[in-house]
Amino acid sequence: MTPKMRVEGLQAWFHDRHVLRDVSIDVAPLSVLAVIGPSGCGKSTFLRCLNRMHELVPGARSQGRVDLDGENLYGRGVDPVRLRRRVGMVFQRPNPFPTMSIKDNVAAGLSLNGWEGDLDEIVERCLVQAALWDEVKDRLRHSALSLSGGQQQRLCIARALAVEPEVLLMDEPASALDPIATAKIEELMHELKERYTIVIVTHNMQQAARVSDTTAFFYMGELVEAGATETIFTNPREQRTEDYVTGKFG
Amino acid sequence: MRSLPLRRAVDALVTIACGAMVLLALVPLGSLLWLVVSKGAPGLSLSFFGALPAPVGEPGGGVGNAILGTATMVGLACLVGLPVGIGAGVFLAEKGDGPFGRAVRFTAEVFSGIPSIVIGIVAYGLVVLPMRRFSALAGALALALLMIPTLARTTEELVRLVPGTLREASLALGIAQWKTSLRVVLRTAAGGILTAALLAIARAAGETAPLLFTALNNQYWNFRPDQPTASLTVQIFNYAISPYEDWHQKAWTAALVLLLLVGVLNVGARLALRRSTAGGRA
Repeated sequence: MTPKMRVEGLQAWFHDRHVLRDVSIDVAPLSVLAVIGPSGCGKSTFLRCLNRMHELVPGARSQGRVDLDGENLYGRGVDPVRLRRRVGMVFQRPNPFPTMSIKDNVAAGLSLNGWEGDLDEIVERCLVQAALWDEVKDRLRHSALSLSGGQQQRLCIARALAVEPEVLLMDEPASALDPIATAKIEELMHELKERYTIVIVTHNMQQAARVSDTTAFFYMGELVEAGATETIFTNPREQRTEDYVTGKFG
Repeated sequence: MRSLPLRRAVDALVTIACGAMVLLALVPLGSLLWLVVSKGAPGLSLSFFGALPAPVGEPGGGVGNAILGTATMVGLACLVGLPVGIGAGVFLAEKGDGPFGRAVRFTAEVFSGIPSIVIGIVAYGLVVLPMRRFSALAGALALALLMIPTLARTTEELVRLVPGTLREASLALGIAQWKTSLRVVLRTAAGGILTAALLAIARAAGETAPLLFTALNNQYWNFRPDQPTASLTVQIFNYAISPYEDWHQKAWTAALVLLLLVGVLNVGARLALRRSTAGGRA
């Protein structure tokens, strides 16, 4: 199967600090790739290189290839703004736009880009996909801040879906949420992978085991091992991976 | 740990002390308002808002032309001052870390410390001398120059307060940087920036010194921005330094009118902002 994304020799720095060393990995289409590893291992940076958000941080740079459907994201003539509509992102903490209503938040990616058409229909579809519609359908005009943390995070997922990305990057999307909200997000991911390719960074190994098809273990900026999730958790090739997934360090 | 009664006593003491400080700070404000209202209110009438100034000794008359003049000049100043000041502030917050940004910030700081009468001289040199006449344009330029630096610095501080996560959320949706700055970041800071703009407008409306030799004054209606123009503040100044009792009364009343206008503008703008974001409130 041709990969949806192919990363080759990816390196990244913050000023002089080398945070990603020669990472190469394929992401299969319509699958969930979980990226695990201890804090500071470069997994968030890896994620942010996949939609060129990394380069927005002052002093950040990167090198290597990241292909999306065979086309290098870092090639000449690639507009990072357009690219980010194809590779959406959900962040660790829910970050809805506080001045906008629930509806306007979902529609923001479209309306701010001058899209004209039936926003109502898209807003409903995205909220349904994000499993939030039933909870908010009667108060779409209310502030996004009136929602609970878990609802806000699903709102952010709906907002990311509205621009119709092909890949969804999730940076510890449930780490600020309670167990029930976390379970909802995980359930949602199972549904979303029918239509989207998902890369999720997580600290929670049970979560990685539950939601992902493949898992990549990062340590000290290197990709130690990647493979089918079951293999990584039951029969890893590397000792470091085994030590981490069995809780010996990290 | 200290005993509960002692901690309660300290708590009460500090609460009382803070309350007293607040009252103390309110005393000058309250007495000022009271003085202006009590001295100005007797002269207040509908015609005071609409009529031309009357000569000494003649009853009636008003400051209609001065209200119009102040409104014109503050309006013209806003036309230039608000976009430039707010725009510069957004630039400083979003892109102002380089040498150019530092130079702009330094200039704005120096500028905001310049006495307003000096700004008046600048406008005199830039507009009055070449045009060979006092005008509302010169006055408006002086007011705009006063507004820009403080507005830029306040806007910068307010925009910097907007969490970076909102910027990231917007950029990750494929919204371009400039749109993110204007439509997401600036909008989030809008409430604070409105307050800053209102303060700048109120300050401009209350300025006398930079208008003395730019707009000068005018005893008649003037609808042309290239002519000498009356303003409430200069009118108050002229009335107040005159030796006539009825003009002193008019100075107080005109001062009350100025306060009222700024107050109405303030409340009105706040209501408008609340309405425009009402959809965004629970």
